[in-house]
Amino acid sequence: MIKAIGYRAAQALIVAALIGVLTFLMMRALPGDIAFRIAAGRYGYDAVNAAAAEAVRQELNLDQSALAAFFQWFGDLLRLDFGRSVISGRPVVEEIRHQLGASLQLAGAALAISLFIGPPLGVLAGLRAGGWLDRSLLVVSTALRSVPQFMLGLLLIVIVSIQLRWLPPAGYGQVAHFILPATTLALGLAAVSARVARDAMAGVASSSYYAFGRWKGLDEGQVFRRHGLRNIGVPLVTFIGLQLVMLVEGVVVIESIFAWPGIGHALVHAIFGRDVPMVQATALMLGIGFVALNALVDLLTHWIDPRGAQR
Amino acid sequence: MLFRLLASSAVAVLLGTSAFAQERVLDVVSPFELKGPEPGVSGYIYLQMDVIETLVNSDLEGNLVPGLATEWTTSGDGLEWRFLLRDGVTFHDGTPLDAAAAAHALSVAQGKPGLLATAPITRIEGQGNEVVFHLAEPFEPLAAFLTEYRNMIYAPAAYAADGAITEVIGTGAYKITKIEAPLRMEVERFEGYWGEPAHIANATYQSVGRAETRALMAESGEAEYVVNLDPASVARLAELDGLDVYSVSIPRAMLIKANTAHPVLSDLDVRRALSLALDRDGLASAVLRYRAGADQILPPLLSDWHSEHVQPLRYDPDEAISLLAEAGWVPGDDGILVREGQRLSLTLTSYPDRPEMPLSAAVIQQMFAEIGVELTIDLTNSSEIPVRHHDGTLELALFARNFALTPSPLGTFLTDYAPNGDWGAMGWDNPEFVDLIRDLARGRGGQSERDRAIEILQTELPVLPVAWYQQTAVISHAITGAVLDPFERTIGLKYIRWAE
Repeated sequence: MIKAIGYRAAQALIVAALIGVLTFLMMRALPGDIAFRIAAGRYGYDAVNAAAAEAVRQELNLDQSALAAFFQWFGDLLRLDFGRSVISGRPVVEEIRHQLGASLQLAGAALAISLFIGPPLGVLAGLRAGGWLDRSLLVVSTALRSVPQFMLGLLLIVIVSIQLRWLPPAGYGQVAHFILPATTLALGLAAVSARVARDAMAGVASSSYYAFGRWKGLDEGQVFRRHGLRNIGVPLVTFIGLQLVMLVEGVVVIESIFAWPGIGHALVHAIFGRDVPMVQATALMLGIGFVALNALVDLLTHWIDPRGAQR
Repeated sequence: MLFRLLASSAVAVLLGTSAFAQERVLDVVSPFELKGPEPGVSGYIYLQMDVIETLVNSDLEGNLVPGLATEWTTSGDGLEWRFLLRDGVTFHDGTPLDAAAAAHALSVAQGKPGLLATAPITRIEGQGNEVVFHLAEPFEPLAAFLTEYRNMIYAPAAYAADGAITEVIGTGAYKITKIEAPLRMEVERFEGYWGEPAHIANATYQSVGRAETRALMAESGEAEYVVNLDPASVARLAELDGLDVYSVSIPRAMLIKANTAHPVLSDLDVRRALSLALDRDGLASAVLRYRAGADQILPPLLSDWHSEHVQPLRYDPDEAISLLAEAGWVPGDDGILVREGQRLSLTLTSYPDRPEMPLSAAVIQQMFAEIGVELTIDLTNSSEIPVRHHDGTLELALFARNFALTPSPLGTFLTDYAPNGDWGAMGWDNPEFVDLIRDLARGRGGQSERDRAIEILQTELPVLPVAWYQQTAVISHAITGAVLDPFERTIGLKYIRWAE
């Protein structure tokens, strides 16, 4: 166990170093004069001229060598100082807290909703593999998965906000604003997690130990709790961990449709504006978050199925 | 489980909607993001939301009207301007507005990129209750420059020691209660406002990047004032009850800049031929979806600068072909014109940040092909236009330029065409034009000089005007008193009331 955590900690350090170097190199390799891009982000495209760009170059000391800039950034990082956004002038930490926070809230809500829909339906379908629920679930989840998410989002807005007038179509700040974007994401997630749960359950339900449980006189509820739940837990938890990562990184489209302040949007804009401190810190947070999440999934699966550790 | 979830979301819905009913907040939606407290970054948003104010305002026709200054006078030699401050104005933090605070704000603004930095100002100081500008030479558009959002008056407490602005504290009818950059801001009525207090107590500003979403927010009644719509949504929303769609011509033009020092483009006949090849109304209708081809550089909105006396730019590809033939260009094997073994092949630099640019570039490529000119499109960073301007490698560039961040385009003409500028003429030197513009800036000359200046641009074609932009807004019938300002300084927020 301690070994596993140590392994993940070492991994986090390597990821951090790699991300630092790679984002730095990539930002340097992007075409266009960085001072002009930053000036455009600050003052708007048509207020940018050579003089404004030169002022930015002087202020941010952009002429210093790449190596010096990199070591300066790395030194600041060691002191946990992410610096300030070169566009807004605000501390990067504050910007990330707000925008990553908003993404995590949305992803969390979506995941929670999907957990209420996907796995329970999948388990029911898996218990009666080939039954009507199983077959209709296959159709519905295939359909939901194949509709692009922005379509699903727009469809929900048109039905729920425009026709029924139940919920605001977009925005941020109130509980009501969560429901549509979270549901849009949740339907896509549930479509897949239902299939994963269904396959896991079908495998368990057709196993000899499950049949033995029934044969020795346990009722359906008991046999599911004692022999089913734990066995489908491992693939399901692993898969949900992956989903959360995909969510945080991949909700850009949903965020933009629902005008949600998210980290994906922030990252894209930071790249356009050549906001190097913002890009580096965001990529770093996402990378370390990925490792942390994997560590959490490891711990959970280990708790569900401790056998792996003895091997 | 599922039922419980639905039930809980239904409760949330009810809570949400009842909360709307109690507060009744005015929602303003626009594509522009709140990027920071600096006026140069997001100042136009604070100006439109009536949070911060300027010394001088402009009305919807572009006439200068008093703002924080009630009147202004110029000394006989034009080297000193005095702006008399309004009495009884306080900032949102309770400090009074005095001449020293205003002079400090404007001195800081003058030190940052913007129009004011281009004015011949030697010193700005507060004297009594007047802000005094000392100039190196007379400068007629100074009062107009002060309407610009970059010259807003922030409270002294808003500035850090180095002049950077750390907080948004102004004197406007609304004060900010919460900023969730980059997408959302909440404002509330400022009870200590010097003028008539705002009618609506609370408002929000939301930045919504996608045009479809903005349209849906208007349609659902979620937002009362929505700016900048896509053409498809305009047509749809115009059919609906409870909403009005407005559009106004704004002083922004789509232009093709030509390097007049280029061996081929230095020939005026070639520039004229390219201009004749442009079906401007066709391009504007197809790409921008409104018929606003630019037959001269500035739209009729800027009535002083839109000249009735110049020959409008025409679309006549046949004349273009004969002009080029007279200049010695003959069609080669593939239809592209050739002269002395050299193909008439040009590169147009543009950028994809404005979605209409790549499309317009492709249309222009077709139009030029009709007269035998080969055009290569280079879509890149917008910054490449000023960069290539300076290293001399630019041939043609397609871009949009706002001529009236203030009601007077003089500042833009000074930086772009007297004689050259990053977003204006390149390799062009017309002493008559430069003298006319500089004299007008010094307060010498009037309508006939402005007409002559426009005529020079029209005949010399350092840039080829393509189209004039429009701005659209959809305003709910739930409110009255909102306006759509062509100069994009106000939405009339402090005058808006809930409809009865």
